[in-house]
Amino acid sequence: MDSILVLTHADETGAGLTRASLEAVTAGKELAARLNAPLAIGIVAAHPQPLSKGLPEAKLMAVEGEAFAQARFASDAAACEALCRAAGATIVLAPQSSRFARVMAAVAHRLGGVIDTHITALDATGPESIGVTRWFYRQRIEAVVTRTARPWFLLLDAGTHAAYSGEAGHAQIETVAVNLPALRTEVGGFRAPKQDAQTIRPDAKLLLVAGAGWTKKQPDGAIHTEEAGKLILEFLGHAGASLGSSKSLVDQGGEGHSVLPFLTHLNQIGQTGSTPRHAKGLSTCCHGEEPHVVGWRFIGERRAISLDPNCGWTRGKADVVYIADAFQVIAKLNAMPAAKR
Amino acid sequence: MPTPLHIVVCAGIVPDPLQTLEPAATPTGPGLKNEMVLPAVLDPWAASALYEASALVAKNPGSKLYLVALGPKAKLQQVMMTVAQKVAFELVPVDGPIGGFPDAHATAAALAAAIESIAGLDRARLLLFGGWESASRGAGVTLQLVGERLGIADQFFGVDEITLRDDGSFEVLERVEGGKHQVSKCAGAPAVLGWATGNLAEPRNNPQVGMANMRTILPALQKAQTAKLDAHSLSYLSVSLPKQQRETRVEKNMPPEEIAAELAEWIGKDS
Repeated sequence: MDSILVLTHADETGAGLTRASLEAVTAGKELAARLNAPLAIGIVAAHPQPLSKGLPEAKLMAVEGEAFAQARFASDAAACEALCRAAGATIVLAPQSSRFARVMAAVAHRLGGVIDTHITALDATGPESIGVTRWFYRQRIEAVVTRTARPWFLLLDAGTHAAYSGEAGHAQIETVAVNLPALRTEVGGFRAPKQDAQTIRPDAKLLLVAGAGWTKKQPDGAIHTEEAGKLILEFLGHAGASLGSSKSLVDQGGEGHSVLPFLTHLNQIGQTGSTPRHAKGLSTCCHGEEPHVVGWRFIGERRAISLDPNCGWTRGKADVVYIADAFQVIAKLNAMPAAKR
Repeated sequence: MPTPLHIVVCAGIVPDPLQTLEPAATPTGPGLKNEMVLPAVLDPWAASALYEASALVAKNPGSKLYLVALGPKAKLQQVMMTVAQKVAFELVPVDGPIGGFPDAHATAAALAAAIESIAGLDRARLLLFGGWESASRGAGVTLQLVGERLGIADQFFGVDEITLRDDGSFEVLERVEGGKHQVSKCAGAPAVLGWATGNLAEPRNNPQVGMANMRTILPALQKAQTAKLDAHSLSYLSVSLPKQQRETRVEKNMPPEEIAAELAEWIGKDS
């Protein structure tokens, strides 16, 4: 019979678990119920005791100490390895966060296990049969895979489960000792990209995708990059939206062309960028498969503004396509009274 | 004095991103329809790693750059004709299956064995580079497993920048949630760096570099070891294209004011 361990970690403040961790808790609780399997929850944090409040009834384990206040391969791998060995679970669920994605394959290897990542759905078809869904070829092909080898580590993509907010259990946390190796890496904090404002907002309802058309010649024969930048930033501010961009637009910076100064590779979506999850997406001045197919796979409602009535990539991918000048439309949108926006 | 490094870049080959992909059943498991005739490129994020590695080698005299690639020899040769013109490297090819469906654990074992077989590789000076995820399997685990097999205790993923210091230590920027970078300082090699986009543009083709590379690439391809990849209990229950097809409404003659009003209502509405 399988047993389940959910690994979680603290957020940047150290005062709570990340939302993705709580989503993994939900997935673990659901899977444990379906398999009738015991559930354990492991916490990686400097001070894990307060973080256990609100977690469901389960065996609670944690590592603690300042070494776990920061995300670092050597300490996090040792912590997760210790928790897994202490739990002895056959299925290990964890969030696909940058912190756990950095270490979990190594942990699986240390335990003689196997790992699959970017899981978007878990399906227990029977007591011995678990199928997990993930995408291949950058969200172009979807597959359901299963494994008989154990322990089986599964990293769950964010947004695929609700964050746990149910009934809290009353279990005591068992502290697990960790044999830390010599730490050769020191984490110095975080650095935001050089830009006027933070334009990446993972929790935003709307994703605005800016394509290369913003920096191309406009009907008057001139390039209006500065105006484009102002329109986009103003729109982001009004709508509280996150900004994605096509590869071609970001690459222009490296090729010496006129660029939007606040764009970095971190904004890039698609084949070599991210595949963000937002309820709505509005693409502007984009043409091609990248923004409409690969980068938009997990966008709920999709609309596009494009000058190209024959852009084949929007057909069947977007809900609505407006054949119009994005400069004019976004300017009108920005000029509307707040109540109407 | 700069520190000479031995940089090994692990890079796979993937179908050109502009190709339409369709899954197909093969005798060894799932694959792509017409996979062997699809135009292929070096995996994009791994290519970023290769260009960053080349720049580091240029700044650190005495350093060496190896490219370890697993794939069918014929496809590797085709892709190397292009890649070889970009930067100078020594190819360590592994003849094996193509595509994203083989198991990552088996792939990592084959790559680690190939790296261990490199004559003269100084593991104390080793920086193991690659893409943080591939454009085929996209799991982001192969490089980490290779590093673990090689006993490397410092690993970084989603790397956009590395700054080497004269004492051999380095600062590295890794992508984390929310459009930020985590800044870390590492005592030095050995380390694993899974690259995201980095900051360098794709180098221009240089026929002289290409000719010099091809003199060693072709003999290396002829001598490539064959790797058989075990499934590690992995089996596929289904492999399919996404079925979702939307009914697209195309508005060709709507004035900007009306579009803006409709968008405002749409944005404000709870989905």
